[in-house]
Amino acid sequence: MMLITCPHCGPRALDEFVFDRPVEAITAPDADTQTLVAQLYKRTNARGPSRELWRHSLGCRSWMTLVRDTATHQICDVEPVGGAR
Amino acid sequence: MTYSALKLLTEGLKGHKTWPQAWRDPAPKSHYDVVIIGGGGHGLATAYYLAKVHGVRNIAVVERGWIGGGNTGRNTTIVRSNYRLPPMQALMEFSLKLWEGMSLDLNFNVMFSPRGALFLGHSDSDMLQLAQRGDAMEAAGITAELMSLAEVKKLCPLLDTSTLARFPIQGGLIQRRGGTARHDAVAWGYARAADALGVDILQNCEVTGIVRQGGRVVGVETSKGRIGADRVGICVAGNSGRVAALADLRLPIESHLLQAFVSEPVKPMLDTVVMSQSLHCYISQSDKGEIVLGGNPDQYPTYSQRGSPHRIEEAATEAMALIPALSRLRMLRSWAGTTDMSFDGAPILDATSVEGLYLNGGWCYGGFKATPGSGYLYAHLLAKGVNHAVAAPFRLDRFETGHTIDEAGAGPMPQNR
Ligand SMILES: Cc1cc2nc3c(=O)[nH]c(=O)nc-3n(C[C@H](O)[C@H](O)[C@H](O)COP(=O)(O)OP(=O)(O)OC[C@H]3O[C@@H](n4cnc5c(N)ncnc54)[C@H](O)[C@@H]3O)c2cc1C
Ligand SMILES: [Zn+2]
Repeated sequence: MMLITCPHCGPRALDEFVFDRPVEAITAPDADTQTLVAQLYKRTNARGPSRELWRHSLGCRSWMTLVRDTATHQICDVEPVGGAR
Repeated sequence: MTYSALKLLTEGLKGHKTWPQAWRDPAPKSHYDVVIIGGGGHGLATAYYLAKVHGVRNIAVVERGWIGGGNTGRNTTIVRSNYRLPPMQALMEFSLKLWEGMSLDLNFNVMFSPRGALFLGHSDSDMLQLAQRGDAMEAAGITAELMSLAEVKKLCPLLDTSTLARFPIQGGLIQRRGGTARHDAVAWGYARAADALGVDILQNCEVTGIVRQGGRVVGVETSKGRIGADRVGICVAGNSGRVAALADLRLPIESHLLQAFVSEPVKPMLDTVVMSQSLHCYISQSDKGEIVLGGNPDQYPTYSQRGSPHRIEEAATEAMALIPALSRLRMLRSWAGTTDMSFDGAPILDATSVEGLYLNGGWCYGGFKATPGSGYLYAHLLAKGVNHAVAAPFRLDRFETGHTIDEAGAGPMPQNR
């Protein structure tokens, strides 16, 4: 079980959180097709550290980015989305 | 050597001490016509059909661990072709027909058991979706039967069919030709049959590089040295992205994780595969008597092959709600496999932009059933350089061109399907 430290609630169990996508797949509303295709369909799929967007859905419902190692599940650099709390 | 009842008897009288080895353990040659990366069911089946159907004799299957140690040996072995979209129907039905003759063809008992694959419906909307799926199947010539609650109850008396059930059952849809098979036997059967046709199976041999010359593949670097090849076929399931990256390719695939569990063995209690339209829980009983359970993927990218306990709890909760008698069983083992989640849920069978380098991947959590079909079609692609008609829709560039094959209608985020 992964423990994720929510910037607002502190350490909480994984099953309160929802993974959304790697940060590289966050698309801009005005991006052109080529950029969208690259962002959505040609992701790194890294084995190792990956910067990702998660949400504390069954908690405070806020969004955060974090760096998670996809091989070891080690998590670091949790940051709230939308600036300081 | 051909396996037979007589052979079993004579070897049995000798105490099973003189069975010949089922496949050789050769040293790598310096060059092969075709190198297949990945000794799972798909890779081994590919080698077998390449040799058998296309007469290619100089083939190696390169496996970094032991054959069948990946998802082939980790899956819940459900085989069915009850899909909704025509390309998936054609693919899985093509495969199911091969399952039906596989044990005889390979002279190896893969214990294919077409005991029926039942999807339960728990609501009006479930039943509507099951009816739609059944109609789509019938339209493609694949027999499906919509079942009433009474019929479901008769088929599977241990299901909680009361109106007070946590997940009340309204009916179901069954594909009677669906069922299960013995996963290890599939890997071993293909390995043995391929070996008999001269295929070199190289275990404990990891591919660490894909050697190219002027945009063309000429071989692979491995932990046992360089091996030359005219054509190279990637067939590594959850590691598709990593192996493709050795040739500087990025794939529309993300690696996720799926868990499964088995109970202690018990006497026969369930002779159908039970799945559900709404729950992500599937239940069958193995030939050894264990109850085999699967659940939802863990829903984040990972290569760890270690799942979270809350998924086990979820699947067990659902299974016990469906079949209350399961609450008395002890679970023996749980494990996980790294699945190659494509961004529309359908597989990819295609050439890549590197000449001579091919890709077979993106089978998500549903590729065991496709093992024979995938092998047959990939062999066709590797032998002829163009796809068989059944495999033609499963192009690598379909995401860019908008020709996705999205059975679940879930879009490019694998955790949503
Ligand atoms: C828990 C679970 C349950 C499942 N249940 C079902 C089910 O009920 N029905 C169904 O149809 N499907 C199911 N699946 C999906 C199914 O298991 C897979 O789609 C299928 O087994 C893929 O077969 P494969 O031969 O491609 O992969 P694998 O058996 O994983 O083979 C790939 C091989 O490639 C090797 N490899 C990787 N990298 C390298 C390298 N660099 N060099 C050399 N070798 C390498 C690996 O070691 C591995 O042996 C399930 C999957 C899981 C994890
Ligand atoms: Zn929070």
